[in-house]
Amino acid sequence: MELNNRKRELVKEFSPMLEKTSLLTKIWIGTLISIISVGIYAFVIQFKEGHIVTGMRDNVVWGLYIVNFIFFVCLSYSGAFISGILHFFRTPWKNSVTRIVEIITVLSITIGPIFILLCIGRLDRLYYLFLYPRIQSPITWDIIAIITDLVGCFIYLYLTFIPDFAILRDSPDLKLPGWRKKLYKYLAINFQDTPDQRKRLHKTTSIMSKMVIAMALVAYTVLAWIFSLTLQPGWNSTIFAPDFIVAGLYSGVSVIIIAMYLIRKYFKLEKYIVKSHFIMAAMVLLVLSLLLGYFTFSDYFAKWFSHKVADTDLLHTLFGHYFWQFILANYIGFAIPLVILSIKKLRTIKLITFAALIAVIALWLNRYLIVVPTLETPYLPIQDTREEFIHYTATWIEWSLSFAGIAAFFLFFTLLIKFIPIISMSGIIEDERRQIKANKKANKSISSK
Amino acid sequence: MKNDQIEKGETNRRKFLKLGLLTSVTAIASTSIITNLAAQEEEKEATGEVIRLLTPDGKIVEVNASNMNKYPEALITPEESRIGIPDRKFVMVIDLAKCKNARKCVESCQKEHKLDDHEEFMKVQLIQNNKESKPYWFPKPCFHCDEPPCVTVCPTGATFKRDDGIVLIDNERCIGCKFCITSCPYSARQFNWGHKDKFDDKSVPYSPETQVPAAEGTVMKCDFCPDLLRQGLLPHCAQACPEGVIYFGDKNEDLVTNGQETFSFSKLINDRGGYRHLEHLGTQPNVYYLPAVDRLYPVESGFEDLDEEIIDRYKNVPYVQDLKKQGKI
Repeated sequence: MELNNRKRELVKEFSPMLEKTSLLTKIWIGTLISIISVGIYAFVIQFKEGHIVTGMRDNVVWGLYIVNFIFFVCLSYSGAFISGILHFFRTPWKNSVTRIVEIITVLSITIGPIFILLCIGRLDRLYYLFLYPRIQSPITWDIIAIITDLVGCFIYLYLTFIPDFAILRDSPDLKLPGWRKKLYKYLAINFQDTPDQRKRLHKTTSIMSKMVIAMALVAYTVLAWIFSLTLQPGWNSTIFAPDFIVAGLYSGVSVIIIAMYLIRKYFKLEKYIVKSHFIMAAMVLLVLSLLLGYFTFSDYFAKWFSHKVADTDLLHTLFGHYFWQFILANYIGFAIPLVILSIKKLRTIKLITFAALIAVIALWLNRYLIVVPTLETPYLPIQDTREEFIHYTATWIEWSLSFAGIAAFFLFFTLLIKFIPIISMSGIIEDERRQIKANKKANKSISSK
Repeated sequence: MKNDQIEKGETNRRKFLKLGLLTSVTAIASTSIITNLAAQEEEKEATGEVIRLLTPDGKIVEVNASNMNKYPEALITPEESRIGIPDRKFVMVIDLAKCKNARKCVESCQKEHKLDDHEEFMKVQLIQNNKESKPYWFPKPCFHCDEPPCVTVCPTGATFKRDDGIVLIDNERCIGCKFCITSCPYSARQFNWGHKDKFDDKSVPYSPETQVPAAEGTVMKCDFCPDLLRQGLLPHCAQACPEGVIYFGDKNEDLVTNGQETFSFSKLINDRGGYRHLEHLGTQPNVYYLPAVDRLYPVESGFEDLDEEIIDRYKNVPYVQDLKKQGKI
């Protein structure tokens, strides 16, 4: 009974998020939609005219799209990993962040693959992938891995939503349109929060949390293999798979920190998302930045020290044409987070968020520097070709589609947290229930003594 | 009539013998070419006309002229092009000592494959092995590797390796993922980035053996001209080269020719120190190079009679920059 009241309290507390749409939110949504429409317009042009409208040419055949693809898939991977870990260890403070993490996971695994589709010259023949599949091709592995991951992540997210859907269904006071109430009822699949149902749901969720970790690990490894299984100088490296995984975690934790900051600020959730969350995330980020910095260093160091011709040429491109990008991605991008996160005094919420922002930008650039300069520096020097075929510069089409992807990420995020509270209500109740139990046990043992 | 045809076939055959590419397939192809041409000469109203043909198993059959294939070369469909020419193992040998960047191979290839100015299946690079040695001109087709990385990574089997060693692309199967382009260590592949009017010219049906007409959003590359090989002819580049740089032939027969002289392939490679480019990558190319020793022409002669635009394509080579400083180009 006590818990039922608590449910009502929580619904009351979070209902403004679901019921009202402030002017600011409306403007925000409007802006995002207009960015996405520009992207759609760009896509229509690209679909009609072909890839000639992009900056990609015969040497650099993969550009921004692939960079965004790896970036988004790596976000998803880290989201799955972190939420899996949080769930697995039943971390007590997890309730405030798990939902953010899970939403990031699902949204990025949905948006990421769209970018790989943009990179395909003949979208009208996409079904050939299933009509004439070749299992030898890493692309086929990637498709299998990503689709599995996508389905797994969706199931996992849905499982964690069910108890909250049930709570929302049982709250008749909510001022929401009828269709939404019906949808809650439908999505709650008759979850009545009985001990038996609870047990079953918990079991399923915990199995899925482990599966999601494994699936994400496979998906991201295969993605790294798309590059490292080729013979190209910058890509053919054994460190790529672990490097991609650590890089994914690094950017993922950073995006989570940024999301926590924005949500906390906007919804005034200071009570739920507290400084210790930021500190905890900052420590993880610190470890990851050291690890990623170490991986990156040893990869480039080995290339420089052994100075094979092809590797030297690549380093030449990186430190020549891409000097500032390289410094920003691989020096400043690690140094700033490292300094901020390792000095205790600097570990304020704002500075941690700043460090996370730098980390995300640097990591995106780092991915760019993996893809483009390698293609600009093949084994055989680029000669006997047109001047404009040598270097890659993304066109407005590619940029607007990239921003449309980011905008879509924010838009879906905004819409999702209008649909379900960003803080897991059922999680809070679960914790309280556990505490009551523990108290009872303690009381019993005291009284028996 | 029958004797007449056989005789024509004989004269054709004598030409083929030099190349050593004579097979039952080429013989049939050549007979059918003659009959095809004959069919073309007769106007359409001659529908009742009956033409005699030689079938693959050696029988003479009579076919109605209206049913005849009107194309000079028998059309090889994408399905048929996946099977190689039987008992062949094609190989190319490029003699670097003779190349002077005349670019006739490039131009002829472009013309026959209906490529634009900046689309080259065959590129001529200026390679310098080390600081001490002079650079040399390096014609670079597709190497038709025996361990082709492009074929391994293709997700739909659009690019394939045939029994005769040739690697082809079926642009009706290609989805344009470009993975093959990134996995080729020799940058041999090209992409059709946008639409061109020439893609709409469907007067000749598409065959992966000619790659004409090309299609938007798909990959193309040097194909070793299997349509010519079926007729017992040399690839366009080998035919066009004024210096006889490019030798082409069959490893099984151990013969290569540039149209003027014919060598034993193994002897040529052994005597002249033949090598394959970037052997250490393990791709097992089928294009061999003879080192640029005792050269016939100085490197600079490669810049004679070239358009400014073409010369500009080499401006990043240090040697060219030196030449420019000295005012030699």
